[in-house]
Amino acid sequence: MIEAEQSPAAFAASEHAGYVLALADDPLVLAQRCGEWIAAAPEIEEDIALANLGLDLLGQARLLLSHAAELEEQGRDEDDLAFFRDPAEFRNVLLCELPNGNFAVTMARMLLFSSYQLALYDRLRSSTDTALAGIAARAAKEVSYHRDHATQWVLRLGDGTRASSIRMQAAVEAVWPFLAELFEDGWLPDALVEAGIAVRPSDLEPGVRRYLSDVLTEATLAAPTLPAQRSQGSNTRASDAGGRHGLHTEHLAALLAELQSVARAHPGVRW
Amino acid sequence: MITIADLGILRAVEVNEDGAAVVTITPTYSGCPALAAIRADLERSLRDVGFPSVVVRTRLSPPWTTDDISVAGRRALADAGIAPPEDSPGSGRRAVIPLGIRCPACGSIDTQELSRFGSTACTSLWRCRHCREPFSHVKPF
Repeated sequence: MIEAEQSPAAFAASEHAGYVLALADDPLVLAQRCGEWIAAAPEIEEDIALANLGLDLLGQARLLLSHAAELEEQGRDEDDLAFFRDPAEFRNVLLCELPNGNFAVTMARMLLFSSYQLALYDRLRSSTDTALAGIAARAAKEVSYHRDHATQWVLRLGDGTRASSIRMQAAVEAVWPFLAELFEDGWLPDALVEAGIAVRPSDLEPGVRRYLSDVLTEATLAAPTLPAQRSQGSNTRASDAGGRHGLHTEHLAALLAELQSVARAHPGVRW
Repeated sequence: MITIADLGILRAVEVNEDGAAVVTITPTYSGCPALAAIRADLERSLRDVGFPSVVVRTRLSPPWTTDDISVAGRRALADAGIAPPEDSPGSGRRAVIPLGIRCPACGSIDTQELSRFGSTACTSLWRCRHCREPFSHVKPF
């Protein structure tokens, strides 16, 4: 692979590792949010469902973190990356770190994120980074179940009773401002896309928005209009705000404090 | 009794020049917690039969699918009260009219999905309307 690389698009190993790390941090953080629902969901089947979703996401995060650790060659492993980085070193999108809110907000977030992640993994199956392609091919199948689950709930609540519909609409509006960040390109070195390793996030946007729009229509919900297509400009300008740049909401630090507490209290501890 | 070969998890077994047993397995779901147990079991059983060292590798590609579960494996699942998977969406063999999931206890196809997610990542939760037994079903994947 390395020898065959004649492309003028040169990039540093750290940039390649940084890309994989960003892809790892999204599911790592969202897995933690899913875990918070265990024993608190509206029905026991949802406790189990959200635990399963979290488990899938955690599994993806572990594979991606291990791959990032190999690429960066700093002698770190998946545990170092998960437990010994501080909030500003995390590269997840803000959507993943938002508090769970009520069940409708959790499902709205899951719908947005899984739609994006499914489109991403589908494209990454043909990444020239064969390890990444292998992880994506497996994970895409898992995420298709996540998207289906979130879709079913959004349909059921959106096209349900008057009370459920009002709450589902409010939930969609609460998470919608965080959708545009998923499609921002500014943080990603062009050379990684040109080398066929990375997928340009903005390329995923039309398909994802189409899917979301179809679900909202079927759920008799109105598409939020609030954030006036921030993505329109973000494709050309390098945005320097948001989770991909290490700028997070106040919620991430609290989430990480819990996620990292045992590993930091007992460094090197093994099960 | 079901083996990891029947489940399609076992990809290769070799003995290398140092006499070590090298076993290649593939995870089912990315986060399957059983993988660590399977790895430990492999190391222990191969040491027990005399291999001085054991290397367990995981290989991700091609991804595992429920179509890799053998006929014997499907029978073993059903015997254990777990409904085996139908063809996966990627198999190209999907029935045009999906058949019901057969109850592993009484054989009825008058069954109902209770939850898409069950006690493990790879199963969903069902119940039989005929004999009333709840059961797990390995999701086509």
